[in-house]
Amino acid sequence: MIASSWLLVAFPALGALILLVGGRRTDAWGHLLGCATVIASFGYAVAMFVSSSLAEATDVALYSWIPVDALQVEFGLRIDPLSMTFVLLITGVGALIHVYSIGYMADDAGRRRFFGYLNLFVASMLVLVLGNSFVTLYLGWEGVGLASYLLIGWYTGRPSAATAAKKAFLMNRVGDVGLALAIFLMFSEIGSTSYAAVFAGIGDLSPAVITAIALLLLLGACGKSGQFPLQAWLPDAMEGPTPVSALIHAATMVTAGVYLVARAAPIYNLTETGRLLVTIVGAFTLLLGAIIGCAYDDIKKVLAYSTVSQIGYMMLAVGLGPFGYALGIMHLLTHGFFKAGLFLGAGSVMHGMNDEVDMRKFGGLYKRMPITFATFGLGYLALIGFPFLSGFYSKDAIIEAAFGSEGWQGWVFGGAAMLGAGITGFYMTRLVLMTFFGKERWRELKSADGREFHPHESPPVMTVPMIVLAVGSVGAGFFFALGDRLVEFLAPSVGALSEAEHTALPHALIPWLTVGLSLFGALVAWLIFGRRDVPVERPQNVSPVTRAARNDLYGNALNEALVATPGLWTTRFAVYLDNKGVDGAVNGLAAALGGSSGRLRRLQTGFVRSYALSMLGGSFLIVAALLMVRFS
Amino acid sequence: MLTLVIFLPVVVAAVLLAVPRAGDRTVRWAWIATSAVEVALVTAMWVTYSPAPDGYAFEQHHRWIPSVGAGYHVGADGLSLPLLALTAVLFLACAVYSVRRTRRMRAFAALFLFLETVCLGVFTALDLLLFFVFFDLSIVGMYFVIAGWGHRGAARAALMFFLYTFLGSLVLLLGFLGLYLLSSPHSFDIVELARQDPAAGRGAVAGLVLLALVLGLAIKTPTVPVHTWLPPAHVEAPAAGSAILAGILLKMGTYGFVRIVLPVLPGTWRAYAPVIVVVGVVSVLYGALVAMAQRDFKRMIAYTSVNHMGYIVLAFGAAALVAASEEQARQLAITGAVTQMVSHGLITGALFLLAGVLHDRGGTYDLGSYGGLARQLPAFAGLTALAVFASLGLPGFSGFVAEFQIFTGSLSGAPVATAVALLGVLLTAVLLLRAYQRIFLGPSRTVVTGDLTVSETLAIGPLMALSVAIGLFPRFLLDVIEPAARGVL
Repeated sequence: MIASSWLLVAFPALGALILLVGGRRTDAWGHLLGCATVIASFGYAVAMFVSSSLAEATDVALYSWIPVDALQVEFGLRIDPLSMTFVLLITGVGALIHVYSIGYMADDAGRRRFFGYLNLFVASMLVLVLGNSFVTLYLGWEGVGLASYLLIGWYTGRPSAATAAKKAFLMNRVGDVGLALAIFLMFSEIGSTSYAAVFAGIGDLSPAVITAIALLLLLGACGKSGQFPLQAWLPDAMEGPTPVSALIHAATMVTAGVYLVARAAPIYNLTETGRLLVTIVGAFTLLLGAIIGCAYDDIKKVLAYSTVSQIGYMMLAVGLGPFGYALGIMHLLTHGFFKAGLFLGAGSVMHGMNDEVDMRKFGGLYKRMPITFATFGLGYLALIGFPFLSGFYSKDAIIEAAFGSEGWQGWVFGGAAMLGAGITGFYMTRLVLMTFFGKERWRELKSADGREFHPHESPPVMTVPMIVLAVGSVGAGFFFALGDRLVEFLAPSVGALSEAEHTALPHALIPWLTVGLSLFGALVAWLIFGRRDVPVERPQNVSPVTRAARNDLYGNALNEALVATPGLWTTRFAVYLDNKGVDGAVNGLAAALGGSSGRLRRLQTGFVRSYALSMLGGSFLIVAALLMVRFS
Repeated sequence: MLTLVIFLPVVVAAVLLAVPRAGDRTVRWAWIATSAVEVALVTAMWVTYSPAPDGYAFEQHHRWIPSVGAGYHVGADGLSLPLLALTAVLFLACAVYSVRRTRRMRAFAALFLFLETVCLGVFTALDLLLFFVFFDLSIVGMYFVIAGWGHRGAARAALMFFLYTFLGSLVLLLGFLGLYLLSSPHSFDIVELARQDPAAGRGAVAGLVLLALVLGLAIKTPTVPVHTWLPPAHVEAPAAGSAILAGILLKMGTYGFVRIVLPVLPGTWRAYAPVIVVVGVVSVLYGALVAMAQRDFKRMIAYTSVNHMGYIVLAFGAAALVAASEEQARQLAITGAVTQMVSHGLITGALFLLAGVLHDRGGTYDLGSYGGLARQLPAFAGLTALAVFASLGLPGFSGFVAEFQIFTGSLSGAPVATAVALLGVLLTAVLLLRAYQRIFLGPSRTVVTGDLTVSETLAIGPLMALSVAIGLFPRFLLDVIEPAARGVL
């Protein structure tokens, strides 16, 4: 069963090939094929999971990819608990979202191509998590970047979509340069890029090199996972169709950075500096995302910043090393369920509301969309960590582990994580209140294309996946946490989970303090947005904090100042040099040789043509002469 | 066998010109058939290729003028065979692309067949004089292609191209003469010269010879600062001419390095390697930065060639910098450089043909005049997207395999330069995606009709398919290049 695990990748890859090369001929059944391939992969993954023992990592060598003397890059897969966990998440949630897309994209003329891109994404993502070397990982890493680019820019007519797609790809590329450098460094220091060889040899390197590799990997992770300072692309990525946001920009691709750090655990275990920086990035980003999430009125952007923030939690967890790898993955899984569900719910709302995303135009929708409301509500409760739902188990475990860090770190990281939980309670409650409760503000409004709003529940092909994900949002945390099931399952991949001797706050107090803070945030949101009517127009007279949050805490301005502007000036300088310096010098030289530039211009083509002809003739003469000498 | 492969096209060209009544239709099919036969012959060479240890296959050697040690000496090894294959494939693609659109078909076809012989000749010549004759004739052929079938400013661009590269080849000839004089017994034979190591212990003289060779080849490659002939030549050349110019003719420069300069002057090359590394890195960054500012699609691709060829120069330099102990890194860098030649030929060849399609439909290369073409011409947009992502080094395409080897191989010899050059990968992504967005995404500005025709798809599609094949299964290529790369430096 394991020996044929390449089938996992082959199904969706074949689907993508057929749908993209087959063209219009496959329009009629393309969406069904797209779903079938992912379901097939999911079925195969479940069968593998049930029938095989995963206690040890199995490397499946497929073929020799780049064999050059010392650099032997094998194309192989690694089947172990970590990769199988991801495979199940990707194909499981992926299959649900594929099915949902049949309904969501029903009116889109390019639906077949859409499924082709989604299949391409799933295949690349599986290569990313299954590859048994950093180069194979990189292949998948860039492949999902390509799929993400194509899908964010799906609505090609919108300039904003095209710009967002480009921004996503380029900011990712910044991170990729880091990842690539890390891989080159591994080869030049260890002589291999396969997990087995790198993890075996990493201990012999100097601490400085290990730290350098760890930091370069972190740069790659920040790009892919929307972590500070490379977070600004993720909210813009919401230009893509909502199923894309759910699958790629919430449940799977953006968590690849967390996967990378967890996968590279043997490297991070050796560098305290590396781990600390991961933790700092995570803690900072989780607050940043949560704060900005409070300021947006666009339902998808709030969810996007929520994703940034939640991935911050995961990064914080894996940055804690053996104290947190498994916890980060657990939150990644539960988040995969509830955030995908929330996005599909948001998509369902948009579907019923003429693709409107401004929550100020929503209100009172719970009556019109009961199933969407119920599933969305469960996802919401799971996300804010309501007791005994998914998020409660996974987030709380991270907060406890953060408080377990030594000295000031325990207070800072634990405090940040707990504060983040409070803010999460606020912005998510705000979102739910503005969308599903209060006055039906859409009654007096029209959508951008001049139609009236007639909110309605979505068809079963969309609601059934939402219901399945809602069940996951409720039960997954309990299921994973029960008897440390997931932690023990992952131990062969990331090592056994260590627990701190003592925490900065008393152990028993932390969960309830977290829940209390979260509910307090919700209460504040209710006081502001629940008791009073929400104005349709966005208030302009707001506090500096709100204004800063509305401007993404100036993340884009920072990028502009640090990267774009210097880049622009360098470009201008190079062009100036090319025109005036290099070309000028050459022309000047030519002019000097020819007497004057006017005369150079008068060397008209006729002259050169005859010259070229004579050269041709001369060459023939030489050849002829040689022949004669030879044969005489 | 090899002589047949080299001269078949020019013979057909002569026949085409000699038969006065040959109609366009006959010419067209004769051209395509000859190019296809060439592909078949080179494939047959590839399949039967089994070089003597440390030597050449298909070798033919006729001593013409023993007194000066010059002769007709051709042969193929792992460095030349991939380029022969690239030449055959790209000329076939150009033939298929050009069949439906060209004025004065007979002359055009004859010129391209002539060019094909010349290019195959350069990549098989094992004698400096022979190499030089072919090298020079390529300039003549391309001059007539640009001047005769180019756009409005073709005359001036062709003139600039001719003067520039002709000057380069004169300097190169000086270098060859220098090599001849240094060797003892005097010889123009590349194999003999590589065996002799004629520059050993010659100090400054060897440095001068190297300077002449490097300058001559660098103009052809081209590297900064002798690249300025390239953009105007490309902008004015017809699409097929651009594809051959970028795909094949530029490779003559880098092939000259790996065939002649590195094996014949290894010691001198090592001594000046830091300079070469700097030239390479500057070409990478400078080419990308200037490309970023272009509003003309074709000019932009031309500058990305400066960028991509810069990686090759960097690899050659860094390979010389690694200590003698690090055989592996050196071999990796050189194998990567040769792979990059093939990869760049395929991808940039495809991009220039696609630029030709764009000009054909919209009448201009100006990026600002387009928008939203993805909805009007989906197949064209799709194929261009493939070429764009291949060009920016996405894994799964040939460019990644090549650049990956170059970077891993160069890192230990020139760590800082490699890290800086890696920024070039970032910059090419910026500029290519920006150009793609301007042409294909956003609102439409003009009504453009006519998606890819069959002949265009048949010409460009296989180039991209080959790039993907090399990206995913490069073994067939690397197994040929690697043994030959071993003896280069």
